[in-house]
Amino acid sequence: MNKLNRRKFLKGGLLGGAAALTMSRKAAASESFEGYPDSMGVLVDLTRCIGCRTCEAACNHEQNLPAPDKPFNDYSVFDERGPEGQKRRTTEKAYTVVNRYDTEKGPVFRKFQCNHCQEPTCLTACFVNAYTKTPEGAVIYNPKVCVGCRTCMVACPFYVPAYSYSSATNPVVKKCIMCYDTRLKFGRPPACVEACPQEVMTFGKRKDLIKLGHERIRNNPGKYIDHLYGETEVGGTSWMYLSGVDFNQVGFDTTLGNQPILANVKEFLAMVPMVLTIWPALFTGFHLLATRKEAAKEEQNKNEKGVKP
Amino acid sequence: MKRFVGQGVAIPVDSLIKPNGGGSWSIKEKLLLGLTPEQYMKTLVRNPFNWLLAAIYVVGVPVVVLRFVKGLGYVTHASYDYPWGLFLAWGLFTMVPLSASGFMMGTTVELFGRKDFKPIERLGLLNGLLGYFFAVMFLQVDLGQPWRLIYPMFVSLGPAAVLFLVAWHVATYLSVQVAELVPAASEWLGMKQPKKVIKSVSLGLTIAGIILSTLHQGALGALFTYAPGKVHPLWYSPEFQWIHFLTSAVFGGLCMLIVVSTLAKWFMRWRMDDTFKNSLDPLTLGLAKGASLAMFTYLIIKILAVAHGNKWGYLFTGWGEYYLFELTVGVVVPLILFTSAIRNQRPGLARVAAFMGVFGIALNRINTALIAFNWKLYKEVPAWREVLIVLTVYATYIVVYRAILARLPILYTWKGQAGKYPG
Repeated sequence: MNKLNRRKFLKGGLLGGAAALTMSRKAAASESFEGYPDSMGVLVDLTRCIGCRTCEAACNHEQNLPAPDKPFNDYSVFDERGPEGQKRRTTEKAYTVVNRYDTEKGPVFRKFQCNHCQEPTCLTACFVNAYTKTPEGAVIYNPKVCVGCRTCMVACPFYVPAYSYSSATNPVVKKCIMCYDTRLKFGRPPACVEACPQEVMTFGKRKDLIKLGHERIRNNPGKYIDHLYGETEVGGTSWMYLSGVDFNQVGFDTTLGNQPILANVKEFLAMVPMVLTIWPALFTGFHLLATRKEAAKEEQNKNEKGVKP
Repeated sequence: MKRFVGQGVAIPVDSLIKPNGGGSWSIKEKLLLGLTPEQYMKTLVRNPFNWLLAAIYVVGVPVVVLRFVKGLGYVTHASYDYPWGLFLAWGLFTMVPLSASGFMMGTTVELFGRKDFKPIERLGLLNGLLGYFFAVMFLQVDLGQPWRLIYPMFVSLGPAAVLFLVAWHVATYLSVQVAELVPAASEWLGMKQPKKVIKSVSLGLTIAGIILSTLHQGALGALFTYAPGKVHPLWYSPEFQWIHFLTSAVFGGLCMLIVVSTLAKWFMRWRMDDTFKNSLDPLTLGLAKGASLAMFTYLIIKILAVAHGNKWGYLFTGWGEYYLFELTVGVVVPLILFTSAIRNQRPGLARVAAFMGVFGIALNRINTALIAFNWKLYKEVPAWREVLIVLTVYATYIVVYRAILARLPILYTWKGQAGKYPG
């Protein structure tokens, strides 16, 4: 019986060890990440936007998206509302949308697209590694490996990724990739930035844009709220915003905090290797304890048998 | 079936050899439960439940087919804000904890050596296997590209993701559960070797089951820690989410086992042998004891999470009332009923509590995934086609479950090893 137990113990240990091997990379991957030093970004100045939707049209053209339901010079879209009064959002046909917010300072227009987080939750939540944060700052997506679990959509704190539900054979995630393939890779600004007639958006190195944003706040007293949205939110984003009114009045979530979303998940991830290493020994121990009387009895039986002849 | 048993036909099949010395059963005869094809058809037609299933299939199967022909957008609301709908809220997040019975029973019998639970062990294992298998089926309905299911295993690995862990562990655990049920199948098929092999590694399998279950049950909860701002604070806790999901899976699995054994007692009594019938009531109370301990633990940790996050204020909102409703109906009341049932030796009461416990799990998981999800946005009501697909897949789960219970030695002991529970 003792021999059998030892063998069983080894088997249990081996199984656990095999599991530990497959999972050990997890711990390494969840370390904190400061962001690429020379990554690019865009500074959006909400006070300059007039809601002309030129950026939407440029995006549609650049990304070869299907024709919109209403033309880009139709401004009735600003009054469109979802089932519970929510404004337009990014869809599989539109990677960026402009919405109008009526505030005490008059109408404010806000362009909305993927913010290209420094530590993107979509990326960390993806179990097939479909997302990449490039050194240039873009968060890009590989449709060839995507299984379609849509965890990235659940995980995105900004409700950005959309999904082509209409496709039966090749549905994929649809989101802004900062024109990576056609422009950013070659050092050129995204199509929307270049198309804007109001110079709402400034393209540049993220660290320079942070300085520029704070300069504008300092040089124009009273014009801006003293906050650069995206500088620190969820660990920082490549797209950052200046606004003349409180950010929560113009559709920004101001409750997200400055930690990357992944910090919430680490509580669980940290526990994984412990379970993998401690559980096998612990439960084998429990088994030996729980069955010790049986084992003793069997041993006794064997001894008695041994004495008989 | 009852009628045929009464008529003295040599059924149900419970050994390799026909009772009146007529040689051994053929596979076909075993599949037909020892009835002639005509008799078997009669039993099928006479059962009103089969008519209900047929009705679900008539409307449901075309919709399932259309989901794959026309895409997810045809059957769901194709919501970008609610990427996960009923397929996952029910099919994955609810089915998996209700299937924790497999590892619970394995642990009780094989690891802690509680041989008294042996008669119900196989039902626990089967409930686990089928629950997981159909959770994967639900996942296949939900995934955008189900044919890429193995991508996280072999094609493109994202090991830092919680879902990566769920995928690997559910896949590994499914094979563990298949292995754990090999003895039952090999008895029925009349093969000795597979059973021997499995028996020699049963402790290893059980421990692997515990590790995998701890991690993936917890991981299902941890998935929601990716969405801190979206899930209502009362249903969300970065520190305790995975513990909540794990501890509730413990009583979820045990309650489901009581529910399934109760349904079997009502509708498949003909298939049970005396050992099972006689031990069912005391075992129900034994399971109730385990479930009530887990419920108590869960309740404490739930309160702890509210205190830890200082979320008391939320309790006095509408969401708070709903949260307290979930905890009261799904945990507190069944806990009291279980306690009373154990003290007064009333298995019937424990069964009522178990039904409530299962309801409580479903409520909690659907709340976390759908109702308290996007609490600052609008509410998503699943499309009718989505509901219909869930019904159809679940009906298939019931059909397969019933078919296996009627055949394999789960509710009865296979004769050939006289009087002893094999395994």
